[in-house]
Amino acid sequence: MAAEMLEKKACITGIGQSEIGRRLYRDPLELTIDGCLAAVEDAGLQISDIDGLSTYPGMAIGNPGFSGASATEVHDALRLELNWFDSGIETSGQLGSVIKACIAVGAGLAKHVLCFRSVFEGSAQGAGGRQSIGSDGGSGFRASGPLSWTLPFAAPSAAIWIAMFAQKHFHEYGTTREQLAQIAINARKNAGLNPNAIYRDPMSMDDYFGARMISEPFCLFDCDVPCDGSTAFVVSHVDHAKDLRKPAIQVEAVGTALHGRPSWDQFDDLSTMATRDAGAHLWTRTDLTPADVDILEAYDGFSFLTLSWLEALGFCRPGEGGPFVEGGQRIARDGELPVNTHGGQLSAGRLHGHGFLHEACVQLRGEGGARQVEKQPEVAVAAAGGGNTCGCLLLTRR
Amino acid sequence: MTDSETPPPFRILPRLTDLNRDFWTGGEHGELRFLRCQDCGTRIHPPVSVCHKDHSKNVKADAVSGRATVATYTVNHQMWMPGPEVPYVVAIVEIEEDPTIRLTTNIVGCAPEDVYIGMPVEVVFEKQPDGDDAIWLPLFQPAAEKA
Ligand SMILES: [Zn+2]
Repeated sequence: MAAEMLEKKACITGIGQSEIGRRLYRDPLELTIDGCLAAVEDAGLQISDIDGLSTYPGMAIGNPGFSGASATEVHDALRLELNWFDSGIETSGQLGSVIKACIAVGAGLAKHVLCFRSVFEGSAQGAGGRQSIGSDGGSGFRASGPLSWTLPFAAPSAAIWIAMFAQKHFHEYGTTREQLAQIAINARKNAGLNPNAIYRDPMSMDDYFGARMISEPFCLFDCDVPCDGSTAFVVSHVDHAKDLRKPAIQVEAVGTALHGRPSWDQFDDLSTMATRDAGAHLWTRTDLTPADVDILEAYDGFSFLTLSWLEALGFCRPGEGGPFVEGGQRIARDGELPVNTHGGQLSAGRLHGHGFLHEACVQLRGEGGARQVEKQPEVAVAAAGGGNTCGCLLLTRR
Repeated sequence: MTDSETPPPFRILPRLTDLNRDFWTGGEHGELRFLRCQDCGTRIHPPVSVCHKDHSKNVKADAVSGRATVATYTVNHQMWMPGPEVPYVVAIVEIEEDPTIRLTTNIVGCAPEDVYIGMPVEVVFEKQPDGDDAIWLPLFQPAAEKA
């Protein structure tokens, strides 16, 4: 007998976000609680109904402000009584925590799992601009672990690491900056209709090419914008999702695979990434196909990652991401595959993967307001991550 | 060796361990060294004490030629922290003896715009810092014309 696909027992019954801003200078735990309470309220549940908790990355080191709150802090602040909880950074991308919650409710470990992700990188990194990994090491600091292979070579940022993947893709397939620009311009256009987005002023191709270079081929507008904010979800077992406040969003399948080496520079194919394995994995767990998908909310910590997801998820063939986005019409809100309808992390802020899942739910519910895709989407993919850690979810209206 | 007249730029250095010491200090002898399984010959990087092919623990460092090919690269313009003057080139190179072994490194000794994917390069070591815990960073420069 084939193994049961437990994620199909899960649905998303509540979504919530705190205030989101470039630099809020607010207590990150308070932001987290705001997001969590909003999600529970949205589901029409009480805190006492919550019996599971899941977050990414939990207590973690990294860039200043990388982890806004740990599972333990939220567990205690809300005095939750939990049957299952989990957090950690070694998982299938930033949405790995939500995927684990789906499996947990499918296995009967919990009925309603509260999932959250908080960042306060905007405030924590202050007005001094974006900080690199390891920048708080101080003098005499010596790097260990994976970073010890990149930091000594003045490569302390994912901008550099991912730029090298993009450059390889440009070299192999003739992808161009004009094509990459469409991902950033599309995001900005959509952000203009999202009152919670960070950058809402229109961006032209000239604006894009006028921006300063960060790491070739990435200019400033290929890089997302750090912000403060918390995003939360309630993941419920389908049997406990009836008669709640909002129509539940069904989890149809998840993709979690990583077959290549779990490494930025040792990954076998430098024109793809871990997106390749997670994307392919998703379609092994459903009868739906890429042709059934109405909208794609795909990670854009750097513009190239969205292009990588387009290929990994089979919306075009490997190497054809550039022509796919060329001109921008296909990925526009009124195009054949609307992409990053809230503005992505490039313009709506670096909520670290969870903003994409939030937007997929908003669109599937038809709650997008001015930015709602006109033909009501029935099927969506939310995908997060890049480099050596990726995960994705296929969602449907029930 | 890099120009001894110019002091090397500030860099965050790796913590030396018994496993990685050969890699980071082989440059003292002008050698780029990787761990290698003494039973099946597989090279292992980053260094771990077990061969991934046959799980042998009989691993020991030995030298490669130092020749490599640029697999991909970026010209970095952003000053992330004190370090080399911008713009500088960060590259992933594949070593000649086993292209599945890659290093993230810097390409030096040429203008950033002269670097290309497929470029043949050779190792050049940058000693950092002076003292007992010195390491020799393997950077790469355009390969000399073959004789
Ligand atoms: Zn072996």
